[in-house]
Amino acid sequence: MAISQFLHDLDINTALARRLIVDFIREEIVGVGFSRAVLGVSGGVDSALVAYLTAEALGPENVLALLMPYKSSAQISLDHAKLVVEKLGIRHDVVEITPMVDPLLARFPDITPLRAGNIMARQRMIILFDQSVAFGGLVVGTSNKTESLLGYTTLYGDNAAAIHPIGDLYKYQVRQLARAVGVPEEIITKPPSADLWPGQTDEGELGYTYDEVDQLLYLLVDRRYKLEEAIEAGFPPDFVRKVWQTVRRMHYKRRLPIVMKLSQRTIGHDFLYLRDWAARK
Amino acid sequence: MQLILGLAQIKTVLGDVQTNLQKHLAYIEQARQEGVQLLCFPELSLTGYNLQDLTYEVAIRPAADHPVFEPLYRASHDLDLMVGFVEEDARHRFFIASAYLSQGKLVHVHRKCYLPTYSLFDEGRYFAWGDDVRAFDTRFGRMGILICEDFWHASPPYLLWLDGADILLLASASPGRGLDRHEKLASSRWVERVTQAYAGLFTCFVAHTNRVGFEDGFNFWGGSMVYDPDGELLAQAAYDGEELLVVPVDLNQLHRTRARLPLLRDERTALTMRILTRILE
Repeated sequence: MAISQFLHDLDINTALARRLIVDFIREEIVGVGFSRAVLGVSGGVDSALVAYLTAEALGPENVLALLMPYKSSAQISLDHAKLVVEKLGIRHDVVEITPMVDPLLARFPDITPLRAGNIMARQRMIILFDQSVAFGGLVVGTSNKTESLLGYTTLYGDNAAAIHPIGDLYKYQVRQLARAVGVPEEIITKPPSADLWPGQTDEGELGYTYDEVDQLLYLLVDRRYKLEEAIEAGFPPDFVRKVWQTVRRMHYKRRLPIVMKLSQRTIGHDFLYLRDWAARK
Repeated sequence: MQLILGLAQIKTVLGDVQTNLQKHLAYIEQARQEGVQLLCFPELSLTGYNLQDLTYEVAIRPAADHPVFEPLYRASHDLDLMVGFVEEDARHRFFIASAYLSQGKLVHVHRKCYLPTYSLFDEGRYFAWGDDVRAFDTRFGRMGILICEDFWHASPPYLLWLDGADILLLASASPGRGLDRHEKLASSRWVERVTQAYAGLFTCFVAHTNRVGFEDGFNFWGGSMVYDPDGELLAQAAYDGEELLVVPVDLNQLHRTRARLPLLRDERTALTMRILTRILE
């Protein structure tokens, strides 16, 4: 596939993005009565970028990064995570999840890699939320727009957080901003991986590259192109249909559970307040 | 004749009228000290913007004996004020409104006529549509008030111009969107373009007061600005951060501009009425 003519339509002004996101992190944490944040740093570009922005927003002493490897995690992931936290001077702790996860895996010996991967992601979530209480901060998420649209996340795992500062940035834009704020280049250019089993890569699992799918998602979602218009623009028809079907099938990961409506006023339907309502004194 | 305008580019606490009122009084005091003669606050400055079900809890009447308005009426003896609030009328309809206070009196209330109810907006769910576009006389001249979406349509500013308004007071709580490669968000660029166009087309002063801060994931982009009857930018506040923008305005510019460019004189209102009638019949 050679489509690249839309890639630069995704270019962002990184100075503006940085200022807006740093202000957002600060306001959504300090504005609701906290001063600290906790996040999982995996060694990947998303959590690295969020670590940089959160440290800038709150000050490094107010950020706790948890590095949570499993025994099969790539060493390079841990090395990159340590590189990030040391460069930023943020607080950090290594909490290996192997002894927490292995008993559950042993209880179901025919468990699949997908199930095991989800267990690991949710175990990390458990640690983050627990440590957020111990540290007195909010959990800052590291989800990006591409993985959220494609559902390449674990429900109640890595997509669980108080805020998702880069949740509206495509992977291409995450890399652009990461470069601008000073995330080490090797973290930005290495193949993205959930690192849930050896050799796993995002693009290997998805079957297409981030640059390809980012352009398509940008047209379909941001620009409201119809599928036919995207095909006319040069994207292969099978690719277009498969990606859009994935976006649709994965929508449940982006919604709260469905509450059945019976009363005149129902949570999730017509009991409507912003999250910020909770913060008012 | 000179008019010293003040634009209070403030943050608000969502749903906390008392705290927001204190901020109004603080800005009024600062403005008074700086010689401001008319101080403008953004849309829904007393309540915050994305109220949802809080709409019904924060609604008030702009009466002199109402505990929220009483100090504002009193303050208006020193300088004229435009403040944003949720109005509950006698029949319990709720409006996004801005009130002009002067010399201890309520001079005018504008109720927002255009309620955006699309993409990120949901105003039509909670609020009634205002039914009037009307200029009003002040001790500085004839003015008109419009609120955000009201001036995203060309008709209300045009009507105010024909109704005699030489100063348009625009109040917004405009969420920023459209991050791209430009150094300003797309929505900022759009608003700046049309605000400048109104000033130039109607050969009038336009003062646009926008808020700053965040509500959940919305960022409010500030950039409060004043244009003169030539369509030239007199002053603009920063895109982030609270600010009292003080702008001395030379009302004699209206004479000079309209002598050179008599668009108002030459406007063919009968033609407009005749053609509009034909189109709508």
